[in-house]
Amino acid sequence: MTDGRALLELSNIVKRFPGVLALDRVSFDVRAGEVHALLGENGAGKSTLIKIISGVYQPDEGHINFSGNTVRFNTPAAAQNNGIATIYQELLLYPELSVAENIFMGHAPKTRFGTIDWRAMRSLAREQLASLDIYDLDVNQQVGSLSVGNRQRVEIAKALSQDARVLIMDEPTAALTGADVERLFRIVRLLRERGVGVIYISHRLEEIFELADRVTVLRDGACVGTSQVIDTTEDDLINRMVGRTIEDLYPKQLSRIGEPVLEIESLSRPPLTRNVSLTLRRGEILGLAGLVGSGRSELAQTLFGITPAQSGCIKVNGVECLIDSPAAAIKLGIAYVPEDRSTQGLIKPMSIRENISMAVLKEISNGNLINHLAERELAQKNINQFRIRTSGMEQKVEKLSGGNQQKVVLGKWMASAPDVLIMDEPTRGIDVGAKAEIHRTMSELACRGMAVLMISSELPEIMGMSDTIAVMREGRLVASFTRGDATQEQIAAAMMSGSRSESDEGLVDSNSTKGAAA
Amino acid sequence: MNTAASTAVSPAQQRGVLKRILRLFASQEAVLLLALVALFVIVGSINSRFIAERNLYSIFLGNAYIAVAAIGMSMVIISGNIDISVGSLIGVLATISGSMAVAGYPLVLCWLVPVLAGVLISSFTGYIVAYLKIPSIVVSLGMLSILKGGLIAVTSGEWITDLPEGYALAQLKPLGVPLPIIFMIVLTILAALWMRFSNTGRAIYAVGGNAEAARLSGISKQRTIMKVFAIHGGFIGIAAVLFATQLSVIQSTVPPNLELTIITASVVGGVSILGGTGTVVGSTLAAILLAAIGSSLIFVSVSPYWLRSVQGVLILLTVLADLYRRKRQRKQGSG
Repeated sequence: MTDGRALLELSNIVKRFPGVLALDRVSFDVRAGEVHALLGENGAGKSTLIKIISGVYQPDEGHINFSGNTVRFNTPAAAQNNGIATIYQELLLYPELSVAENIFMGHAPKTRFGTIDWRAMRSLAREQLASLDIYDLDVNQQVGSLSVGNRQRVEIAKALSQDARVLIMDEPTAALTGADVERLFRIVRLLRERGVGVIYISHRLEEIFELADRVTVLRDGACVGTSQVIDTTEDDLINRMVGRTIEDLYPKQLSRIGEPVLEIESLSRPPLTRNVSLTLRRGEILGLAGLVGSGRSELAQTLFGITPAQSGCIKVNGVECLIDSPAAAIKLGIAYVPEDRSTQGLIKPMSIRENISMAVLKEISNGNLINHLAERELAQKNINQFRIRTSGMEQKVEKLSGGNQQKVVLGKWMASAPDVLIMDEPTRGIDVGAKAEIHRTMSELACRGMAVLMISSELPEIMGMSDTIAVMREGRLVASFTRGDATQEQIAAAMMSGSRSESDEGLVDSNSTKGAAA
Repeated sequence: MNTAASTAVSPAQQRGVLKRILRLFASQEAVLLLALVALFVIVGSINSRFIAERNLYSIFLGNAYIAVAAIGMSMVIISGNIDISVGSLIGVLATISGSMAVAGYPLVLCWLVPVLAGVLISSFTGYIVAYLKIPSIVVSLGMLSILKGGLIAVTSGEWITDLPEGYALAQLKPLGVPLPIIFMIVLTILAALWMRFSNTGRAIYAVGGNAEAARLSGISKQRTIMKVFAIHGGFIGIAAVLFATQLSVIQSTVPPNLELTIITASVVGGVSILGGTGTVVGSTLAAILLAAIGSSLIFVSVSPYWLRSVQGVLILLTVLADLYRRKRQRKQGSG
């Protein structure tokens, strides 16, 4: 099937974003008639790479060779016209329109009078689907009424309706169930036989062994190696993905772990929080690891009352309680530093002072009047404590850098003197210096007896900061380790292994999740 | 704030002071004030009757109720909402007030009941917006039709005359200053202080700035929106009484497009139509400026029909200036 010559070849691609080297001289190629898997942790550079291939970003250095010619895709449309189709994780279909209309969006067949030839469009759509062995889809049906699996098949048909020679699939199975995954695989194999080069991104290792011919691993923006899938093993791939030494970036101080503050039992809010039980103790930092979409953030949001639990029990300081709104959670001494600072953490047009006092307005007010002196004092204290670099407390937070914004969010919650601090990706997108300061702060808070629940996609961060490490997958808690007991490989294996059909009820022993190769 | 200010002032500090003064002048309020002064100076030098006491009175007196209504409107817009039913609401409340006066109710009641009714009706609007989560523009559009239709049906479009002696609150002049002007100034100051120093005021800015972040900080969006509409209703009630008592008749047809004039005052006053920023001082200054422009057109012999166009130009200028400011801030933020 494979003719050996590269259809698309990227060499020494460099891409920089402000403060980050996203891709560092990455070379990658895909041949006609092969499935080439792209593997790497969150933030390893996979998305940046596929965005360069599909014309969303332009590389700062390096060049792209497509079927023998050097090319430069300045827009996604340019890449599409050259036959590069991309299927993103979030499907880009019009739910109000029919299957046929979606497939031919932008290039519908026309009649002599320049109007849309509906009859031709329907029959062409049917042909297109048939070429993918899809016979059970009605081309007149509204896409919004289809299942996720069927919508994805429409998306593939749409991508191929423009003679795609390279198809990029970004985690296509993330939202699919068993039968849909099988059907998807059949389509991918069909495309391979037709000579399409498929770039396949997935976190599910067993899929890579089932489907891919070659695999390339990215780590921290660099290419760690490309190999034939038959020459490699699951352990080998995990090693290459996470094989990073834990630098001494995380000055974790040992703290005395005390009595439980937050106990949750069989907490459920389907689909992404299923029967979760865990205990968080005073002085403890509990690191919650897992892939994006494994239910970590959803668990945090349930604990903070944003999406209240449907069943299960939450105890705070030994007392069972109902958390049905953020206000209720705050009252119980829970604080939440959200993943997305700008939409959830800060009110950008307001000043640092006003943002820091936001969660404790009632406490610093006499009746309905804010005590301005107390508010200024609080703001100044936080600016000093967290070393927020600013021209003054009246500065609008939208003018601060990412790291300093995150410190304002932290300051806001420290003002409420919480017992439990939930932090979702506390250091994402901030520079190294600010990162270390936030880690230092976390460590200090734990030493003072605060219980911290930290969600992070960076394994070194999880391993460096946590007293206890819990791993989530598909809404369940699947493994837990104590500090020093786990290796990156074990954690990564727990995050990724295990098939969807596995009936993992509650806690699975960490050893049993290892080595479930296909 | 700066205790070292009494000692030697370094060049850096001087720059700081200068910068602060410049920043003050960059604020919408300062721009409006300057525009207002410039208008009086320029038009006054062309035609001195423009700055005659009688004309100044008519500018301030006849439009004070618009400034008062714009205070409430500004709060609503800062919270991220809008109320386009205010014109009709003022008409209804003025008619209630006048009808009660003609029917012989005690004058105090004739002045107070419309304010309470304003709070009630506006709270109803607020309830639908806050708890049934329907966009305020749609809800107030509905209210506009209900109120306007009801008013015309009940009054048959007739004016209320034969108002009793002493009813004309807006014609009183305690200490020689007309009451509407006192109301306008006092209410603006009180509202400005309240927006700046009260818990609820802060919540209004927070909800308008980022409702989700406010909710995650324990601030209830629903309660805040309910409150803002209730308070707004109170201001509309006061505006309606000032409107009803300024002449010896009450027209059941309020000036056309009154709601647009009020919203224009808020927007030109620097209240972001997206919510989250702006002050009531700005909206009051803008209300005066709009009135002064309207009056000045007559004195420089331009057809007053141009007023609307001038208002439109002002709105666009304000929005463009706001856009420019935001862009510049963003650039500084990323640098």
